[in-house]
Amino acid sequence: MTNPFDDITAPDVDVIMLVGSNPEEAHPVLGTKIRRAVREGCKLIVVDPRKIDLAKNAEIHLQLKPGTNVAFANGMMHIILEEGLEDAEFIKSRTEGFEELREIVKDYTPEKVAEVCNIDAGELRKAARLYAKAKKAPIMYCLGVTEHSTGTEGVMSLSNLAMLVGKIGRSGCGINPIRGQNNVQGACDMGCLPGDFPGYQKVKNEDALKKFSEHWGVPLNPTVGITATRMPGAVAEGKVKALYIFGEDPMRTDPDIGHIKKMLTGLDFLVVQELFMTKTAELADVVLPGVSYAEKEGTFTNSERRVQRVRKAVELNLGMRPDVEIFYDIMNRLGYPQPRLSASEIMDEISELVPSFRGINYARLDAGESLHWPCMDEKDMGKAILHVGKFTRGLGYFYPAQYKPSAELPDEEYPFLMITGRMLYHYNAGAMTHRTEGISELHSSSYMEMHKGDAEALGIKNGDRVKVASRRGEIETRAVVGDKVNYGEVFMTFHFDDGNVNHLTNAAIDSFANVPEYKVCAVRIRRA
Amino acid sequence: MVTDSAIKTVTLTIDNKSCTVPKGTTILKAAQSIGIDIPTLCYMKELVPDGSCRICVVEIEGGRKGGLVPSCAEHCAEGMVVYTRSQRVVEARKFILDLLLSDHTLECFSCARNGSCKLQEYCLEYGVERTSFRIGKRTPFGKGDTSNRFFEFRPDKCIMCRRCAHVCEKLQGRDVLSIAGRGFDTHISTCYDIARTDPTCESCGNCVSACPTGALSSYDQKRNYRSYEVTSTQTTCPHCAVGCQFNLLTKNGKIVGADPVDGPTNKGLLCVKGKYGSYKFVHSGDRLTTPLIKKDGKFEPATWEEALGLIVNKLTQIKKKEGADAIAGFSCSRSTNEDNYMFQKMMRAAIGTNNVDNCARV
Ligand code: SF4
Ligand code: SF4
Ligand code: SF4
Ligand code: FES
Repeated sequence: MTNPFDDITAPDVDVIMLVGSNPEEAHPVLGTKIRRAVREGCKLIVVDPRKIDLAKNAEIHLQLKPGTNVAFANGMMHIILEEGLEDAEFIKSRTEGFEELREIVKDYTPEKVAEVCNIDAGELRKAARLYAKAKKAPIMYCLGVTEHSTGTEGVMSLSNLAMLVGKIGRSGCGINPIRGQNNVQGACDMGCLPGDFPGYQKVKNEDALKKFSEHWGVPLNPTVGITATRMPGAVAEGKVKALYIFGEDPMRTDPDIGHIKKMLTGLDFLVVQELFMTKTAELADVVLPGVSYAEKEGTFTNSERRVQRVRKAVELNLGMRPDVEIFYDIMNRLGYPQPRLSASEIMDEISELVPSFRGINYARLDAGESLHWPCMDEKDMGKAILHVGKFTRGLGYFYPAQYKPSAELPDEEYPFLMITGRMLYHYNAGAMTHRTEGISELHSSSYMEMHKGDAEALGIKNGDRVKVASRRGEIETRAVVGDKVNYGEVFMTFHFDDGNVNHLTNAAIDSFANVPEYKVCAVRIRRA
Repeated sequence: MVTDSAIKTVTLTIDNKSCTVPKGTTILKAAQSIGIDIPTLCYMKELVPDGSCRICVVEIEGGRKGGLVPSCAEHCAEGMVVYTRSQRVVEARKFILDLLLSDHTLECFSCARNGSCKLQEYCLEYGVERTSFRIGKRTPFGKGDTSNRFFEFRPDKCIMCRRCAHVCEKLQGRDVLSIAGRGFDTHISTCYDIARTDPTCESCGNCVSACPTGALSSYDQKRNYRSYEVTSTQTTCPHCAVGCQFNLLTKNGKIVGADPVDGPTNKGLLCVKGKYGSYKFVHSGDRLTTPLIKKDGKFEPATWEEALGLIVNKLTQIKKKEGADAIAGFSCSRSTNEDNYMFQKMMRAAIGTNNVDNCARV
């Protein structure tokens, strides 16, 4: 996120634009902040294929056809330029690449975009004016934007939109991806990426390679690694033989499970370090019992880049071991002399190697200081708002993006467009929440939302069991009939083992970021 | 807001101590700023004063209406002389507590909030052991709203401070709770008497955390612990990237509950996942406790020595035969920064590959 939560939901924010994001369910406490802002007069633009709860309070709800975010953003920019609502001064002094963008969005007339996105051209115009004319208007987006085969373009076109009207680098604005898992931000910051050392220092950069080699005392591999989403292919080709999975359950959270199972069983050796016997762990050669967040010291970095302490509340003494100690053992046994550092000492090593963490240490955090990275020294509280006065890369670059239809669209055989998302009571694969009575009672099985018109045509009633099939698999689930989704579209959440929607989803891959296409695939439906 | 009114200050004395505060400050806040504690029940610092419970009364020398005013709502004025514990203040507070007890089921012994109830605390402090009102209507004993799975509502313990309704409406933005009835029959109710369940009520438990008495209490607390038995450890919610702060409450080596903390993003609120879904899984009976090695398609328990030995042997073999890039690792975007750092260091420095990723993309 470029701006913190409180800043983008403050009383002086005029308009909030939510794109493919349902914070009331996925990030509930943020949802309360948005509800409060709206009550106090902030206007809301909801861009989402579903009638999410917040859409009721929205000034404008653009119920986009799933997978058409790029067309939507380009259409907004077209209108802004046509009506002269852009921030010319900002474009001139702070950005580059504007001319090319102007060329590209020329074609995206409101009428054309309305057709692609299945929305009303007048509403799109209204949204563009509302957003462009607001003094303070943040964009928030979520997996709904990134989980497409064209996800990266979706993100770029939103940032183009914000730059075009100068709504970045200042309070109450910005482009704000709301991260899914609690510490996705941190895992990326810490270098759990195939091309990046900690702090996004590139493996390809010779200076970075040298710096880390020297600091860690071994020559390092200069070849960029393979992303998780390309892993199935790499295993099938015999390039990768062994996989060490630390606390993830790809068997439940990855799209296209058949594909993943093939990968995991195609390995010579699979290690899984987990809290529970998950579907993935079942396929392992060795399973190592790790510990939960409540049994260790450490930090999480939230969506605002705020680094916060995790503290040990209990020790179970049942035989499991702190995850990092398992790593120490393996490292040393492999011949790498890794000293057994405490969590606080690891943070010291991080702040030595990562300039944007230089000012972060446990003494400060435990004294109650709240720190955002980049935090350059002991006195710095960190930058809560990014790109103020100057972009991190100098000038802000407009990355023009063209709309491309989703990789898989409905056809005669699979006539429905399926989208997936998250619901309030569960958290991704639900390993934590399924183990809480009460929560699992509230919602314990999968369901699929569909439009009442479609249901009627298929003779399906609310609550009926239905069979849903895609090109990759078939599942059975319960139909929830209503008008939350549009005609021809259906929605499922991905928390449940029974009727796991990931059996159906599509692993077509985003050409930039290797994000699997989660959101959209084509399915057919019949009564079970 | 930062106009001249905020710049101008007033000086007053509270309990004979002089105190200078910006104009517009309430007496309660002024007193707090010089370390004087005034009891409150309905007051919530995030919201405009409700001013209904009157337990926060103080005496202003020469003030109107005998000088007794609610300090949470009354602004400081130049030269004001305030007493927070004068004879009259104490008598007034005793009277208020006496009235509250006149319609309160006193069963502190078995109440979930025994030890963390403000009514109990103030009654002890002011020596009000039982009510002196012998006649009058009483809310029927024990009958409550048990429609929510995580907490119950007991109207016979409700003191009508309305904190729950304010939290639900103004902070949670949900309007589940409201005040219904008139006179004695006034009570906290759900709008249209719906159940405190999905979809309107999100079971966030923020009303429970705000309740000063045992009227709203979590079943986990009722059954498993009292506040004086637990140790609190402040930590960050493991569920989503909002990063709410809460205290994990432990008793005899077990986590029994979670209470919100006034963290930078959550400001004292939590959602159902943080409040009720963040600790039971830790003690779940199906936690893995020992390393397992698969032999002939079946897992067998192994020692750490065996398991780590096997891993290191296998990895070394594969690395020798196929090169380090034949090995890959997926890290955990739910685990800590420190774990993630060390995981990628293990992959890069000890194994020798950049094949390391997390599920950010997923
Ligand atoms: S649990 Fe939350 S939503 Fe439900 S009544 Fe209480 S405050 Fe309102
Ligand atoms: S239920 Fe609790 S918070 Fe609500 S009015 Fe009664 S005493 Fe106050
Ligand atoms: S309490 Fe809810 S909103 Fe807050 S971090 Fe946890 S899951 Fe997210
Ligand atoms: S705390 Fe002041 S009136 Fe209730």
